[in-house]
Parts: sequence; structure tokens; C-alpha cells
Amino acid sequence: MARTITYREAINEALAQEMARDPRVVVMGEDNAGGEGSPGEMDAWGGVLGVTKGLYHQFPGRVLDTPISESAFVGAAVGAATSGLRPVAELMFIDFMGVCFDQIFNQAAKFRYMFGGKAVTPVVVRTMYGAGLRAAAQHSQCLYPIFTHIPGLKVVLPATPYDAKGLLISAIRDDDPVIFCEHKALYDLAGEVPEESYTVPFGEADVVREGGDVTVVAMGRMVHVASEAAQTLASSGIGCEVIDLRTTSPLDEDTVLESVEKTGRLVVVDEATPRCNIATDISALAAQKAFGSLRAPIEMVTAPHTPVPFADALEDLYIPDAQRVVNAVKSVTGWQR
Amino acid sequence: MSGSEGSAIQTVTMPKWGLSMKSGKVVAWLVEEGEEITPGMDLADIETEKIAGTLESAQEGVLRRIIARTGTDVPVSGVIAVVAPAGVPEADIDAVVAKAQQDLAAGLVEEQAGPTQASVQAGGRTICYATLGEGDQVIVLVHGYGGDKNSWLFLIEPLAAGPGGEGGRRVYALDLPGHGESSKDVGDGSLDVLAGAVLDALDALGIDAAHLVGHSLGGAVVSTIALRAPSRVRSLTLVAPVGFGTDIDADYLRGFADAGSRRELRPLLARLFADEEQVTRQLIDDVLKYKRLDGVDAALHALVATVLIDGWAGSQQAIDIAGRLAGTDLPVAVVWGSADRIVPVPGTTVGRWLVHLVEGSGHMVHMESPHAVRDVIEEVVGPPAGS
Repeated sequence: MARTITYREAINEALAQEMARDPRVVVMGEDNAGGEGSPGEMDAWGGVLGVTKGLYHQFPGRVLDTPISESAFVGAAVGAATSGLRPVAELMFIDFMGVCFDQIFNQAAKFRYMFGGKAVTPVVVRTMYGAGLRAAAQHSQCLYPIFTHIPGLKVVLPATPYDAKGLLISAIRDDDPVIFCEHKALYDLAGEVPEESYTVPFGEADVVREGGDVTVVAMGRMVHVASEAAQTLASSGIGCEVIDLRTTSPLDEDTVLESVEKTGRLVVVDEATPRCNIATDISALAAQKAFGSLRAPIEMVTAPHTPVPFADALEDLYIPDAQRVVNAVKSVTGWQR
Repeated sequence: MSGSEGSAIQTVTMPKWGLSMKSGKVVAWLVEEGEEITPGMDLADIETEKIAGTLESAQEGVLRRIIARTGTDVPVSGVIAVVAPAGVPEADIDAVVAKAQQDLAAGLVEEQAGPTQASVQAGGRTICYATLGEGDQVIVLVHGYGGDKNSWLFLIEPLAAGPGGEGGRRVYALDLPGHGESSKDVGDGSLDVLAGAVLDALDALGIDAAHLVGHSLGGAVVSTIALRAPSRVRSLTLVAPVGFGTDIDADYLRGFADAGSRRELRPLLARLFADEEQVTRQLIDDVLKYKRLDGVDAALHALVATVLIDGWAGSQQAIDIAGRLAGTDLPVAVVWGSADRIVPVPGTTVGRWLVHLVEGSGHMVHMESPHAVRDVIEEVVGPPAGS
């Protein structure tokens, strides 16, 4: 039966159900057990924002606290994946990927290819991204475009509790390395989630809202920003078709292109900085494959090309909001040659 | 449906069609203020997130006042109109209307007793069901391939209310194994497994015998129960049943089992209805969410192989119930939508039973023309004892 739980609880439930189903699934990362097993276990944290809370007792020996060395434990997870386990490693903040990038992009992403398909690397790297928590420039970035750039990796950005659970179960069952990006401002978002296990397929975008005037493509937290803008625009008679990409690799080109062919206008909303991000990628796709359908220039709503500011007022300005999406939509619907 | 004791003023409220329905929109009133209404008369077209339907009157009297104007959203159980005999003074009506409007504005709408959802452990499986009503007469509704208990959303309440609105009935709508929120294991996918699961559920619910209503594959399931355990069955109502002809849209069965996206599902689900507008985004989303559950894929593939004569690749029905059921002593009624594209109407009769044909409805005749299906069920079931 479906009940209402949070994005955080949905991720926890996906981990618990897959660990119960498959003994090869293990969870590892900084503070994942979070003091469980030591005196004062009631305080056990379960990862920096409590996502893995409670798993340690349910699955003794399968929730591993690691040293603060991403290169070591992400490397260990990749190695364990090649030798029979299905590890879910938690790279606390996506900002820290720099220190374990060799393990991810030059090892995990290459094994299937370099061993002629004979090796699989079923590892999931869960990681937090995004601004909005006053966490400053080194803990607030949206670096998913960098992973999306690399062949051999799958990149997942759930926007809702329902998708978070179903996409994480898909990620754990997938035989390729998956970078699972959780927006830290979404953890308390509540939504209906079935109790049973289910999978949401990769490469299948969700048309969150249908509309005939403008296609608005978004991912992760920006889906909610785009939906809010679409709601506002509906009252002034502009119909937005809001598409949640769900995964940026693989990418559901068909859903985006079919929509652009219908509406003739495209706005892409991406919280990442503007150079070589998902917005530029989707814009290029539409310009190349739906050029004949476009009736106005494509608009991109993104963060500015700066580090995420620490000052509250500046951080609030930095994150794309619904008003900026409304403005972008109005500029494409009002465009005259 | 209610009014204070002694008062002749009755209120018409927003119905609850399905477990998740929270509000509905009056799309059109089919009667005017001042018009005489009788039970069973079509009052208004109402649209919910999932589906559009027609609200039938449970009241008798004059439609004195319409409260919910066309286009307004009203929460379930909110008062949408007032019915009273012509003799009731305007001032009394005004008072009821004023109170109803105040309650609506203040959000003071009491949820009426719609169907409740529960589950039982039966034969090693969890079987989920929706139920409504009290009484010794029991009606059990069994959905078809890929469906679930919610497909009976327009029938649970009217059936529980009984022919005269006095109740005296218990209505259950089950989720078959592999469907809805029941366990997804269907074993070999045979009719015996499905029929056995329904019998196990009847045991677990303490139901000795019931009037069984089955749609599509569910029609074959309830027929199998009638053959296996006739003492448990009071009557059969077969709604566009599988097993009474050879034609079937095999591409639909396979397509539904394989579909993984909204894009693939929409044209398939459209074939279920005569009026394709019935396929809302919400309906497609609900089906997609169901199809993603662990075990559903295997269940649907197993069931397709049961229904088709050459298994997965077949093009005709493998199940022949009509012949086996020919000798039954049980009352049987058969109802079909004339525009059924999934299991086409086999003829004016099947075996020795007349087919009640519902013009202009598709395979989901119980969703498109619930009143017609209800009439057929009421006729074969008969009024509850003591009413």
C-alpha cells in the first residue's frame, strides 16, 4: 500500500529492501553506521544527514563505517563490485569526488569496455549535491554534468520520493556503475511511495505536466521549480510541458524531442553552472534534432558561472527560481523574428 | 442521502469513487432546479482525477437547489444539491443551503463511510480488498487481467446500498494474485491458481457463499470457482468474460505485459474503452506504477500464456468455460459492451444465456456504463433478505 514518506525515508527503504532481498548488497561510507554499536547508540546518525539510519542493526556486518578517505573506500567499493558484491558507497558530498575520481572514471567506468564485456561493476555511489543549505562553495555544487560526460557511468537524479526509491532499486540491480545524486534540499520532501519494492527504469523521462506551448526540461530539485513556474504560467494561459529527465545518462532523447516537436519552444532548467551542463546538452540535442520544429531561440535557466556563495542573500539569488523560469518562458513565447 | 429525522429535506453529496478520490468536479447537471427526481435517475456528470462518471440519484423528490455549480471542485461528501418535496418552504431549504455552504467554506466536510481497504492472509498470499456495507448477502467483485479492485469504483457503493438504498449487503472487491496490492506470485498462472486464491480469501474472510461478479479474466475465474465449489456460489455475473468465445485482442495482452512507459501504455489502454477520453494521465500513471512492482512482469507474462491458445505467441483464446459451465444450476447473467475491442461480443447468446448488450460501451463496460451493469447484477442477485 502506498503511504506518504520522505525522500530520505524512501532512499533508506530502498536500501533496506535490497539488502533484505540480496545478501550481496552492502552499504559503506563515512559515518554510514554513524556510531551504531558503540556506547550511545541512540545517537547513531546514519550518514551526515541520517539517510542510512537504522540499517546497521537490521543488517549486522553489512553497513561499514569507513575512514575519511574517499579514494580508499570508493576504490574498495569498486573492487568489491568486480568480485561479487553489490556495494552502495556514500560519497558524502558530490564536491569531494575530486579525490576519488580515478577510481570512478578511469577504473569503474572502463572495466566492462576494457575486459570485452566479461567484467561487470555493479557499484552505486550515492552522493549529495546542490545549494540551499548554507553549506558554502565546497559543499553545494551540482557536479552531475561531469559524471554525465563519462561513457560507462549511469547518472541518476531523482526529484520525488517515489522516484528516489524506484530509481535506487534499479541502480542497485544494475550491473554498471551508477552515480546516484540526491539533492540535499529534497530530503524532507514527502510523497506517496508504495511499500512494495519496485523499479523505475533508467532512460525514461517523466512528463510531469502536459502542455502545448513550451517544453520545460528539468532534473532533480529544478523539477519542482519548473512545476511551480508552470502553475503560475497556466493562470496566464501559457501551457508548459514539464519533463523530468530522471537520468541524464542514459538520456531519454525521444521524450524531449517529441515534446519540442509539439510545442516548438524549449526552456531548460539546470541548477548546475552554465558551461557544459545538462542545459547546454539538451539545448544542443533540440537544436540538432528538432531544429525544424523550433519557433523561438532556446532559453537556459541555470546558476551563474561562479562558486556557490556563502552569504545567505547571494546563495538565494544564485539558485534558479520559479520567477526566472517564468521570465524565460515568457521570453520564448513572446519572441518575434 | 441524509437529512435530520422527520425532515423531508435530503442532500445530494459528492460521491467517493475509489479509495484515493478526495474531490470531484461537477462537469454538467443533467437535471434542473425544480425538476422531479426519482432513484436511479442521472443527476450530474462528475469528473475525478481518474475518470469521469455519472452520479445517479438515491433520492426522491424535487431538486430544490443546486449548490455546486458546473465547474466547481467539491470534496468527497460535500453537499452539491438539495432535494425535498415541493411542499417544504423555501426558508427551510435556504437554511440547509446556507449551512452546507458554510461547512464547505470552512472545510467542515465529514468523510462519509466509503469503501475501506484491508488485506487477509490466505493460502500463503496476501490478498487485498476493498469492502463496504453490512449484511448477510455478500457480493464479491473480481477484476480482469492487469486490473485491480479500483476498476469497480462506480459499483461498490451502489451495490452496497442495495436496490432501494436500504443496505443489507456486504460488497468486496478483491485484488487477484499478481494484481493491485495483493501478493504478486501467480504460480503457473492457471485459472485454478487464481480461483483457489479467491476461495482461500473467502475462507479467510469467513464468507460461506457469495454472489460472484467477474470481469474479463475475472469472469473465467469466478466461473472456475462455480465449477470447483458450486456450494460457495449463489450466482454468477459475467462481465465481458474470457472463456466464452475464441476472439481476443492478443496484441493488447502482450503489449500490456511488455509496456514500460506512458507512451507505450496510452494507446493500449485506449482500446479498453469505447470513449478513449476515459484514459486519463492518472489512470496511465497508476497502471505504470503497478507494472513497476516486483513480480508483476512475471505474473502478467504467465497469465498471457494461460489466456492464449498457443501461449505467449497465440492469437485466440485457450480457455473454454462456456461448455464446461453449461450444466450449472446456478443463476448466471452475462453482460457485454457492444464496442468491446478486447474480448469482442461473441453473439446474442453464450451457451444458454442471453447476452445483455450495453450499447456504446467498450471492454470496461462496468466503468463506462456502471448503471447498466448494476441492473444486471441486481437482477441476478435479488434484494437482500429482510428488505
